[in-house]
Amino acid sequence: MKHTLAVLVENRPGVLTRVAGLFARRGYNIESLAVGPTENPSISRMTIVVEGDERTIEQVCKQLNKLIDVIKVSDITEDPHVGRELVLIKVNAEPQVRGEIMQIVEIFRARIVDVSRDTLIIEATGDEDKINAIESALRPFGIREMARTGKIALVRGARGKVLEAGLNSQETATQTG
Amino acid sequence: MARTGAQAVIEVLLQEGVEIVFGYPGGAVLPLYHALADSPIKHILVRHEQSAVHAASGYARASGKVGVCFATSGPGATNLVTGIATAYMDSIPVVVITGQVPTSMVGTDAFQEVDVTGITMPITKHNYLVKDVAELPRIVKEAFYIARTGRPGPVLIDLPRDVALSLCEEPIPSKVEIRGYKPTYKGHPGQIRALADLLLKSERPIIFVGGGVIASGAEDLLLKVAETLQAPVATTLPGLGAFPEDHPLSLGMVGLHGKPYANHAVMECDVLFGIGVRFDDRVTGALEKFAPQAKIAHVDIDPAEIGKNVRVDLPLVGDARTVLADLLPLLKPVKREAWLKRIKQLQEEFPLTYGRGGGDVRPQWVIQRLGEMTRGRAIITTDVGQHQMWAALYYGFTRPRTFISSCGLGTMGYGFPAAIGAKLARPEEMVWVITGDGSFQMGMAELGTAMEHELPIKILLFNNQSLAMVRQLQHFYYEAKYTAVHFHGNPDFVRLAEAYGAVGLRVTRQEEVIPALKEAMDNGRLTLIECLISEEEMVYPMVPVGAALNEMILPQD
Ligand SMILES: Cc1ncc(C[n+]2csc(CCOP(=O)(O)OP(=O)(O)O)c2C)c(N)n1
Ligand SMILES: [Mg+2]
Repeated sequence: MKHTLAVLVENRPGVLTRVAGLFARRGYNIESLAVGPTENPSISRMTIVVEGDERTIEQVCKQLNKLIDVIKVSDITEDPHVGRELVLIKVNAEPQVRGEIMQIVEIFRARIVDVSRDTLIIEATGDEDKINAIESALRPFGIREMARTGKIALVRGARGKVLEAGLNSQETATQTG
Repeated sequence: MARTGAQAVIEVLLQEGVEIVFGYPGGAVLPLYHALADSPIKHILVRHEQSAVHAASGYARASGKVGVCFATSGPGATNLVTGIATAYMDSIPVVVITGQVPTSMVGTDAFQEVDVTGITMPITKHNYLVKDVAELPRIVKEAFYIARTGRPGPVLIDLPRDVALSLCEEPIPSKVEIRGYKPTYKGHPGQIRALADLLLKSERPIIFVGGGVIASGAEDLLLKVAETLQAPVATTLPGLGAFPEDHPLSLGMVGLHGKPYANHAVMECDVLFGIGVRFDDRVTGALEKFAPQAKIAHVDIDPAEIGKNVRVDLPLVGDARTVLADLLPLLKPVKREAWLKRIKQLQEEFPLTYGRGGGDVRPQWVIQRLGEMTRGRAIITTDVGQHQMWAALYYGFTRPRTFISSCGLGTMGYGFPAAIGAKLARPEEMVWVITGDGSFQMGMAELGTAMEHELPIKILLFNNQSLAMVRQLQHFYYEAKYTAVHFHGNPDFVRLAEAYGAVGLRVTRQEEVIPALKEAMDNGRLTLIECLISEEEMVYPMVPVGAALNEMILPQD
């Protein structure tokens, strides 16, 4: 099963290498990994989607927690959360099919962000299902290039407020222990 | 505070109580050596960087303090790799500082530049490339803290030459605060109560202890818990010494080459209380057949070890000493007749034996004599091979921090440099290296180091002119076709020792054993005893691949 991990890490050089190296070395399967700054400039957030059974995911979380630069690991798969991906799709768009493509774009509440003589670039955001759906809807026209960001996610409601509050408590550091 | 980065490093070292650094210089690390020269810290110049880490690791294991070593950039740093991995696998606290090319040249493939933080990422607990001298005092302070707390391990600091030479105004922080690193020492009280319950209700418990008990200094509490519960105690290889082997409750080592009765006992116990162990494959035999009747309780300071290899019925994250201290008051004395009687039976039915084969000098016998003559109290370092297993099985360890061996990585060439570290840490103790002709040749250049510092280490070298442990594998698993395991061209080890100014003794017959051991014990000098033994010796027992612990191959006669 696919799990979504929210991982807060020190915003330092080399952290991504440590995390990626850990996954490679221990043979865990990363589906996607997205990383970026948070509201606290010294902390980055990684959203990692990883495939594995319960036991593997438990190990992944514990091993991540062992990295000194990792501040907090949460498996938010079962928590209500908002998960989003962004995709850019460059699709063949001869004049006679443009109308049809624009309809699809409308249905998915996506946007056209670039136009050339015979292609369009479409930008869409949404959860994985929606992104997969728009991709397959556009596929028949011929997708020339595509870039997906991988999922980013936040837990709904008040619970997510951990950055300042709980960081130094024993409980967060050993969360998965 | 007008001091250089390098001087700041030395300042932290002094504050951390460092007395000895093992190392090997070169261009990029010279600022550090320059600052070291003005300090009271003693430097031990080894003959190969790998030995510097091994010696620091032996020092750490014998003393319980953090071992420290220096090396230069490039080849100096890469020569450290095996030593760092060895320390990592056995969770030994070592701080390694490497010189690096100046920051402006990092990433340009400069002369003697190598990405040592990249190389050592998977074999260090943590590592640093220092780019800003202002961060240096904090980093060095953190390195020591990380190395020795929680589950200990090696930490590496890569220090570019210009950073080491820059002015460092930053004071040494008084305390370390790392928000992503808060090891759990105290066990969950509810789980400790559950553990006490489980142990008190158990009819056939075994306490199974590993290196974690020694790392946390829990051996006295372990003894109390074992005696209160009247529970037999088995150990892993690095756990040797955590529980005195001359104690009636001692079972000794379990595992692939464990004591036969210990392996049987584990297969029969109803509660296996593992503490500071990681249930690795050398210990469990076939995982699915391991301890089939047992509820397993597992205490370890590293949450990732719990549930990693075996199914655990009672997980408990915490430091061995803290947990045992909290557990002890919850226990009450138990009378345990049936199980101890059964253990006695197992000891009689499946004793530790080595059969009749072999030559005139039997290594197992020699090690038993050494154990008697030193009353199980010497510090024993070993290399890797058959001799390592014989040392583990036949010496009879009675004190913690006296068995020093590369257990997790199985690194040949570890024993002698580790002995140098151990002897410097504990000069009042007798230090013996139990080694083989193969392994010794990977570290023997350190004879020079030991002579230079007048370290009267005793080397017991079993010469079978072969890599006999590998030969044993070929014997059992590769149709007894012996390839690449025979040495033609071994040196005369006695004369080799003499060439360095050490004492060399050769033993070819059994009656020469005790006089040679005695001479070595009494002469106060660096001494090498070469014992000629047969390459046909086998390490028994041996659990074949895929078999359960109680399905051992034992000697036939
Ligand atoms: C650095 C290293 N290389 C290879 C091995 C594989 N290996 C394990 S035991 C052994 C033989 C060791 O020979 P020796 O030191 O003479 O010990 P013996 O088994 O003969 O007692 C070898 C080659 C190892 N453990 N370490
Ligand atoms: Mg040999």
